[in-house]
Amino acid sequence: MRSKILGVLVLVLMIANLYMIFVFAPNEATMGVIQRIFYFHLPFGVSSYLSAYLLGFASIMYLIKHDLKWDRLGASAGEMGILFTSMSIMSGALWAKPVWGIWWTWDARLTLQFLLGLIFLSYLMLRAYLPEREKKAALGAVFGILAMVDVPFNYLSIRWWRTQHPQPVILGGGLDWDMWKVMMVSFCAFAALYAYLLDRRMAIARVEEEVEYLEHAILAHD
Amino acid sequence: MSPVIAIVFKDIVIEMRSKESVSSMLMFGVLVLTIFSFAFEPSSIERSLIAPGTLWVAFSFAAILGLNRSLAMEIDNDCLQGLLLAPVDRGNLYIGKVASNFTFMMIAEVIVLPIFVIFNNLKFNLQFLEIAGIAVLGTFAIAAIGSILSTISANTRMKEVMLPVLQIPLTVPVVISSVEATSMVLSGDTKGISSWLYLLAGFSIVYLTVSYLVFEFVVEE
Repeated sequence: MRSKILGVLVLVLMIANLYMIFVFAPNEATMGVIQRIFYFHLPFGVSSYLSAYLLGFASIMYLIKHDLKWDRLGASAGEMGILFTSMSIMSGALWAKPVWGIWWTWDARLTLQFLLGLIFLSYLMLRAYLPEREKKAALGAVFGILAMVDVPFNYLSIRWWRTQHPQPVILGGGLDWDMWKVMMVSFCAFAALYAYLLDRRMAIARVEEEVEYLEHAILAHD
Repeated sequence: MSPVIAIVFKDIVIEMRSKESVSSMLMFGVLVLTIFSFAFEPSSIERSLIAPGTLWVAFSFAAILGLNRSLAMEIDNDCLQGLLLAPVDRGNLYIGKVASNFTFMMIAEVIVLPIFVIFNNLKFNLQFLEIAGIAVLGTFAIAAIGSILSTISANTRMKEVMLPVLQIPLTVPVVISSVEATSMVLSGDTKGISSWLYLLAGFSIVYLTVSYLVFEFVVEE
């Protein structure tokens, strides 16, 4: 029931969001239509950081409680992390090509985002190569914590290393009021989408575990 | 004898007999420096740009080799089980492994670093000592995170392959800081080098603490 309500909410918000982005939002003075990618790009980027801290939180909770529920949350957050880092990098590349004239540059934020994706990937690879369920959960949680601790160090080192990305306009007050409204709707829509996807992914993880348990039970019975 | 010292002593005795870990790291480090000098054909101007990178690629990849070796040694004949049966705090096992891994990496680097200086026509002066100091900090950071990651990867099905996959993304801050600090020393402009050194030290302290706390979850059955 909960997931149905969430699903309908996502549908409604996403239609409203698309309307806001493509019809309501004013054209940006210098970049024109291309700037509309920004309304997708920013929620993607924020979602990927959210995934990193969700993964870290779930890992800590698993080591404290030893409840597989937290491990499922961590694994789902890891997969969401891959999804949203890739989406933010791809939407960023689509924006950068006409504006900067290049798909990719080793700028601080881009590098950081790419590295975050790599860390999520190595987390999922580690899980894939651990055979036992409990080991997978415990070692995954330890790596999740180590990875979460790494994020601020990555941020600092890469930021000092180089910077080319446009400075954030949200807190600087450089954003038009109409654009603000669009951004808000977009954040709400993508927050709902995130919650929905996470909820579904965790439900699938639960079913997977039940199937595995039943398989073992049947094999043991034979 | 405290447990940490006992573990380091044990590892050093094994290493003195087998010489596997240090010799493989040393060989690998020299090979990387050699390959890079073919790949880049450094003229004297580019040298200060490329040299720090080659040095830290050599160090960090050689470290992965040594870490794999050090854990493989514990997995053979179930030596790790023996260590776990000892009435020692799990965190101390971790500290002991960090200390011995760090020692072996440093021994290899003590030989690789002069070779690096000779290959790049640098001088054995104060600069050399400063680079050695950065190497100590950077290597300690790599040992701190590598010791726990190698124990994690030892549990997986593809032990040797898994360690670089886990370690390289997490050691990016160490590599960036070390390379930047080294190139600052080589270029003679050391303004702002302290923030890189603080970052290296902070990284080591944070990972040492976190790993000390979570290591028991890695080895528990």
